[in-house]
Amino acid sequence: MSFDPQTLGRLGITEEQVELMDVAESFCRDESDIAKVRAQLDDARGFSQDDWTAIADLGWLGIAIPEEFGGVGLSLAEVVPVVEQMGRRMMALPFLSTTLVAQAILKGGTETQKTTYLPKIAEGSVATLALSELNGSFDLNDIETQAQRTTNGFKVSGQKILVQNLDAAELVLLSAKFEGQTALFILDASLIPDSARRREKLIDETKRSCEVSFDGLILPESALLDLNQSTATLSHIDLCGNLLGSAELVGATQTCLDYTLDYLRTRKQFGKLIGSYQALKHPIVDAYIGYEKARSLLYAAAHSFEQQGKGEVATRMAKVAAGRALSFSADRSIQFHGGFGFTYDCDAQLYRRRAIFHDGQFGDTRWQKKQLARLLFN
Amino acid sequence: MISVEEFAKNADQWFAEHTPRDVDFMMPLTFMEVGTDQQFEFLRDWQRQVYEAGFLGAAWPSEYGGGGLTDAHQAAATKAMRKYEAPIMMNTIGLSWAGPLILDIGSEAHKQKYIKGILSADDIWCQGFSEPENGSDLGNAQLRAVRDGDDYILNGSKIWTTHGNYGKYMILLARTNPDAPNKYAGLSFILTPMDVPGVETRKIKKLTGEHGFTQTFFEDARIPADGLMGQEGQGWKIAMQTLEYERGARGGQAGGYSITEPDPLEILNLARETGQLNDPVVQDDLLDYIIDAQAVNLNQQRAKIGPLMRDNPAGLPLMDKLVKTEFAREINQYALTLQGTRGAYYVDEPNAFDKGLWHRSYLNAFSATIGGGTSQIQRNIIAEHVLGLPKSY
Repeated sequence: MSFDPQTLGRLGITEEQVELMDVAESFCRDESDIAKVRAQLDDARGFSQDDWTAIADLGWLGIAIPEEFGGVGLSLAEVVPVVEQMGRRMMALPFLSTTLVAQAILKGGTETQKTTYLPKIAEGSVATLALSELNGSFDLNDIETQAQRTTNGFKVSGQKILVQNLDAAELVLLSAKFEGQTALFILDASLIPDSARRREKLIDETKRSCEVSFDGLILPESALLDLNQSTATLSHIDLCGNLLGSAELVGATQTCLDYTLDYLRTRKQFGKLIGSYQALKHPIVDAYIGYEKARSLLYAAAHSFEQQGKGEVATRMAKVAAGRALSFSADRSIQFHGGFGFTYDCDAQLYRRRAIFHDGQFGDTRWQKKQLARLLFN
Repeated sequence: MISVEEFAKNADQWFAEHTPRDVDFMMPLTFMEVGTDQQFEFLRDWQRQVYEAGFLGAAWPSEYGGGGLTDAHQAAATKAMRKYEAPIMMNTIGLSWAGPLILDIGSEAHKQKYIKGILSADDIWCQGFSEPENGSDLGNAQLRAVRDGDDYILNGSKIWTTHGNYGKYMILLARTNPDAPNKYAGLSFILTPMDVPGVETRKIKKLTGEHGFTQTFFEDARIPADGLMGQEGQGWKIAMQTLEYERGARGGQAGGYSITEPDPLEILNLARETGQLNDPVVQDDLLDYIIDAQAVNLNQQRAKIGPLMRDNPAGLPLMDKLVKTEFAREINQYALTLQGTRGAYYVDEPNAFDKGLWHRSYLNAFSATIGGGTSQIQRNIIAEHVLGLPKSY
């Protein structure tokens, strides 16, 4: 595929996207003010179970799950505005990981797995991903964890990191090498003993994760996803993760800008509002332009996500732009708040930390550009 | 009325057949680049052909010389121009500034007198806003217009007048009341003939080494007062309205385009031609431009999608000029760096890549990042009108 602006990147929006945007906008605004976000930073669980139940009741966990499996039967394009609004309010819910596991099962699960797990997820079971390893690689196939067939299923050996919200999760999607290829397994989180879990310290304190040892774990035969689909499924998880990650970043950028602009409109120095100084005004305009560009790329990615090739290019472009938009906005937000910006009490750090966290999720800017170069220049 | 589909088909056929190819001089890519009589005459003739074929001003009222069709018809014609990479429509100040303004707020006599000549390029229009001492600070314009019976008498000077030496009319921002309560309230907006005694243009050599604009001097120049738009004292408001047509924030333009926007495909081709497309360092740079070009393109699509514009409805329209002109400057600048030792050549040197087009485009790109409100002024406008920040001065 080569670069062709005529066919790449069309933008459109569905009625369902607009409806979900409206509902999510008011729900997230009402249920997740910044005081609540901060109050949860030290909480072990890190999110509100009531909010989780509420979004399950709203049907958000099943937006992109077909009706036959208990979902709403829409697509990821309709999930994007919801995640954008969650990101905007820094809402800490295990929504991304749960949605990604549902997508993985939908793409590469057996019929039994689909009928077993998708309705559970749509109803509110938290699910999470155990894919990353200590080598720090963004390549989901670059893993050491092994699975070997035994008489009663599969025996796993290996360590995973950055397994998010494991303590709240009922389901875990695990990757491991099996007969030379990367295989995916779906398992009950209860199979992982407490002694195999270690809480990790993350830069984004609204998030929770564990390092997990899978050594010696025995998985039933029924845990294995369709081996023939595993490459396509991993790539689907990667792209979904980048699409929804971009949405969370774009939402957070909007709030970060609003937060900084409030300060520029009210703080006075040398007898003038600091927002009147062009040394601050012009960079914040550049940050705002970065936000609007990222938002256009995000909704284009949502629009073309299902299209082979195009969807990947659009999604990776969106992730580059969204990552940069929040990184720059939040970096300048810290600086423009002056001494206060250097304190923990200033929210700018929350946004800067959020951007750094997302660089570590499914690929930073450099990784995305490498993939784009492969897609566009070969 | 002919259907849009039928009209689009006709336009496609016409531009396929009539778009000029392989001219033996450097074709201006923007209306600001028209520097020689040869370029000027060629483009004027081209505009006339397009107009006479019905593909310019298609949505303007037929009683004044327009096509009497709809915006959708004109959009279809403009699309065909882009498809066949047709040369620009050069009478831009008329087509995109003065024309829409006259149709919106001009008198019946104005419309009868000016519209057809704008479309046919018989009457070239130029813009008289900036002055030697008042560039970015347009509201401080000092050119004096003193009412004398049915005339105004003009004294002062305007600068950076694109097509000034070809212009028949000027849209002029003049000070009619030096004692007004503030600088803006003393301004008026006047349609001014340039072929009267006391008006003199002097060519200014651009940084490219070419001519393209003038300084215009007014010395007791007597012009008819019926060129006044609106009332005396409304000049600032009308000038701002005119800028909105230019920035595309307001509809009503005659159609076509006056600036060929840089296409990232061309920079890919240049990288391929210079053997650098497989260099990962170059690829890294190119991707930034491709992503940015894509974002600019998508911003334009999104500006038409209401639900995605709710938070900042004025944001995308007001940033359009800034992001496009800065992108053009940057990508043309980058193109020079792909040319190795041959990057040292300039226009007309046979050893230069693409006849030195990239060098000329880069230097000319500043006309758009400076003209029509500098990029720095654009940032102030966005900060104040979209982000609600206090004024800087």
